[in-house]
Amino acid sequence: MDLLSLAIKAIFVENILLAFFLGMCSFLACSKKIDTAIGLGFAVIFVLTITLPANWAIHHFLLREGALTWLNPKFASLDLSFLNFICFIATIASMVQLVEMILDKFFPALYHALGIFLPLITVNCAILGGSLFMVEREYGALESTVFGFSSGIGWLLAIAAMAAIRKKLRYSHLPDGLKGLGITMIMTGLMAMAFMCFSGINL
Amino acid sequence: MTSAAKKLLMDPFSDNNPVTIQVLGICSALAVTVKVDTAIVMTLALTSVVTLSNVVISLLRNVIPPGIRMIVEMAIIASLVIIADQLLRAFLFDISKQLSVFVGLIITNCIVMGRAEAFALQNPPKDSLLDGLGNGLGYGIVLITVATIRELLGFGTFLNFKIMPESFVGNGLVLLAPGAFIILGLLIWAQRTVSKYVEE
Repeated sequence: MDLLSLAIKAIFVENILLAFFLGMCSFLACSKKIDTAIGLGFAVIFVLTITLPANWAIHHFLLREGALTWLNPKFASLDLSFLNFICFIATIASMVQLVEMILDKFFPALYHALGIFLPLITVNCAILGGSLFMVEREYGALESTVFGFSSGIGWLLAIAAMAAIRKKLRYSHLPDGLKGLGITMIMTGLMAMAFMCFSGINL
Repeated sequence: MTSAAKKLLMDPFSDNNPVTIQVLGICSALAVTVKVDTAIVMTLALTSVVTLSNVVISLLRNVIPPGIRMIVEMAIIASLVIIADQLLRAFLFDISKQLSVFVGLIITNCIVMGRAEAFALQNPPKDSLLDGLGNGLGYGIVLITVATIRELLGFGTFLNFKIMPESFVGNGLVLLAPGAFIILGLLIWAQRTVSKYVEE
């Protein structure tokens, strides 16, 4: 039940994009068409779900304070957590590369559908942000997998909704300065307000 | 200072602002702007990272093999961010706690990567230094403006000094995520109207 509650929280209440502003760059750049938005959303779910447990393992068994005691009891006072950033980003980059190769070999259709979005995901802050939140909130292995998966779903929901709204917005008359980024930010604000209605939900 | 150098430094302040025109680095522009002091610290951290990474990458630009340039850039940026994070933890622990994950997220801040790719790889170190400085501060201006509005309307304070009269009741919405989105949207509108920039 805790896991379900965590998932609901990550999808609706604390949406990674609408409450923590993570992944805004690709959200703004790729929400012009619904197809590309959904493709990117699925790629984000995929990568978040596999990088979070991987980074959890790296943090838990190698980097956190006293993590290396399984190697030698003398290492109990060793704290390598300052290496978190560089290790996480390296894991994300190599995971994305690996996913790309596996998809290319075994699921060519999916690979072509995701196409250019996969490499872009390495620099999506939602992925690195997910890993950093996992460390800050001290999630366990299973919790971080669920958190990664549901954060991805939350992100997909937000970008798909925004792409649909922007499609309608294309034919509306706006002041010149508000076109594009300006109105998109304000729409995102209204969307974030709507998502705030979910706060307080507890399972 | 020559006019070319001046242009490099001043352009990102308005005409080519990284946040409002180039649409880079939005995430942190929204997340750390509840209070002015966190915004200032974030600006300093990002400006030093983008300036140093620009200089280092520009010095190495003839040595980096084109095929793996992304990974090399990432490694340089990540190392600089680790240094910035450790310094913040050592000297400004409270603010670094408030910034939480967003110091680490400078690694994936598109401004740093974008300037490395678009500028530092083609230009000598001196120009890259000015470009980094200009972009960092251009980002900072937006950040501090948003933070000033949010802190003033939300808490009635500026840098923790009481500005508004005693009877002022803070507006909770501007402190939450939707407030940040809407204030930045309005700011972009104002800035683009002044600089006459129209997006297709």
